[in-house]
Amino acid sequence: MGFEINGKTYETDEEGYLVNLAEWDEEAAKYLAKEEKVEMTESHWEVVNFLREYYNDYQIAPAVRVLTKAIGKKLGPEKGNSKYLYELFPYGPAKQACKIAGLPKPTGCI
Amino acid sequence: MAAAKFEVPAFREYPVPPVVKEGTMAHVKSFPASAPIQEAIGFPGELVEDWHDKAIAKMGDLLGKYRSLKVFMDACVHCGACTDKCHYFIGTNDPKNMPVARQELMRKVYRRHFTFAGKYFPSLVGAADLTRELLDEWYTYYYQCSECRRCSVFCPYGIDTAEVTMAGREILDSVGYGQKYTNEIMGKLHRIGNNLGLPGPALEDTLLGLEEDILDDTGAPVKLPLDKQGAEVLLITPSADFFSEPHVESLIGYAKVFHAAGVNWTLSSTASEAGNFGMFIGSYANMRRAALRIRQAALELGVKRIVVGECGHAWRVAYSFWNTLTGVGAGGADPFSIELQKQLDPRYPAPQHICEFTYDLIQQGKLKFDKSANDHRVVTFHDSCNVARGSRMSDMPGGQFVIPREIIKAVANNFHDMAADTIGEATFCCGGGGGILTDDLMEVRVKGALPRMEAFNNVVQEHKVNFMALICAICKAQFTKVVPYYGFDMSMIGGVHQLVSTAIVLEVPEEADQEVAAGAEAAED
Repeated sequence: MGFEINGKTYETDEEGYLVNLAEWDEEAAKYLAKEEKVEMTESHWEVVNFLREYYNDYQIAPAVRVLTKAIGKKLGPEKGNSKYLYELFPYGPAKQACKIAGLPKPTGCI
Repeated sequence: MAAAKFEVPAFREYPVPPVVKEGTMAHVKSFPASAPIQEAIGFPGELVEDWHDKAIAKMGDLLGKYRSLKVFMDACVHCGACTDKCHYFIGTNDPKNMPVARQELMRKVYRRHFTFAGKYFPSLVGAADLTRELLDEWYTYYYQCSECRRCSVFCPYGIDTAEVTMAGREILDSVGYGQKYTNEIMGKLHRIGNNLGLPGPALEDTLLGLEEDILDDTGAPVKLPLDKQGAEVLLITPSADFFSEPHVESLIGYAKVFHAAGVNWTLSSTASEAGNFGMFIGSYANMRRAALRIRQAALELGVKRIVVGECGHAWRVAYSFWNTLTGVGAGGADPFSIELQKQLDPRYPAPQHICEFTYDLIQQGKLKFDKSANDHRVVTFHDSCNVARGSRMSDMPGGQFVIPREIIKAVANNFHDMAADTIGEATFCCGGGGGILTDDLMEVRVKGALPRMEAFNNVVQEHKVNFMALICAICKAQFTKVVPYYGFDMSMIGGVHQLVSTAIVLEVPEEADQEVAAGAEAAED
């Protein structure tokens, strides 16, 4: 499974998550966002970039609290809450934003 | 993750048994596990060539090992008492989701191979061979059961469908036909220590962040210690509590309770998961391996007590099976059990549920609450199936029903129970338990939530309930995702200790910035 953009192929798992983190680029993110019916704005990119940075440091997506706090610090306290994140990523910041950021799907009772 | 491609069932005016519609759920099959996922937890990577003989041999093995399974295979008289008790049948109308029919998928193979009549006159007794089609049906329908055991309550023979489902999954796994969701998580738990795959440094960072948040909100220096040697209490909680909303609100609640009571406690980075999906897949080996992490952490940290956070099936495993799995719990006289029993404080239950822990402190008058802080909430309580039907709390009969409700009433002024035949022992599953909480089973999850949503809707209409309190990470995740399908807001879902967290009064040290505390109090919620 996978998709192709401008001759570059990206492998995905059965749920559409990228298999190789390193294959991710902006084109892939735009494609994945489109599949999710999410229109990428600057606010979306802020979240996606933060997720990738955090993943680089900790090998896991940030907890929702960690994410809301980081976004709040960067974009102002009125945006530092999960309601704002759900507005950006209606299916849930953890799963949907991770998918667009090319990170593995968070698993467990979440 | 596109929008639902299925119809959300409508609320019924009266809860009459559903009309049967054959095959409505035959198309819903969760993703099977890949070879690496299977092999990591001790199962063949893909369907083995001689799967038929292996499956029958495994069934024979389980029948010999679990006398209960043999009784359940033999005892059913097809009376039908279970049929309309299952939330999945109620929500999907698919007759194979009747507990009796789900079991029959295995029972007819059992008859064929393990009874005299079935061996020689199969057509006379409804015996059948295990064909590839039937094996696929096992996979489909054993992963449309949440092992909630509501049907067992109403079965005149006490047949435990969950145990049949577990056996079905164990046989499937043993021939290389496992489920991605449960088995991937099982592997992560073995490899990293929790279902999320949250490594120690990320956990530490998350906990430090929470300490800052609580200080900002309340002015009290509440700590969430990690790997603290010599702590009195080891808290074992689902890893979703570290990661998700609303789960984390309960984690903050536990921390505040420990702080207010002055109890020296810790979390463990190696045993950072209460959940144990080994039970869901009927795999004793995996269940034991997961549980042993907790024993190891308890021994290494030298704790005197083990408390379990808000996680339904974890509490069943802890309460009902930890004594033999880990040596936690009194009674064992073997060296394995004695080693930990010597260390644990016999004055407290081992293990102890966080609700028992908090309730005990409330009884002793050690916690102070401002109940009015929860006045914006009208609360109901959903009994989680594994707590309700698979365990108890304290030595009080029905303690698992009484204690969480008493806590809620101690911290909130507005409480209303849902209808009596949908709570307590007869509680309806959230629809996501037992390995069903995966996106690829969303149709099953939404439809299976119907009876709970009907009962919830009734208290919303009648009493203006706006908060469903829970003590299970799966219930929390399932409901936040599923209630919007039924027209409710996900903010109506939360934990019992979230309510505790809102109302608990913490002493603020004098040197703390009073202005911060006052400002935060006004802003809370």
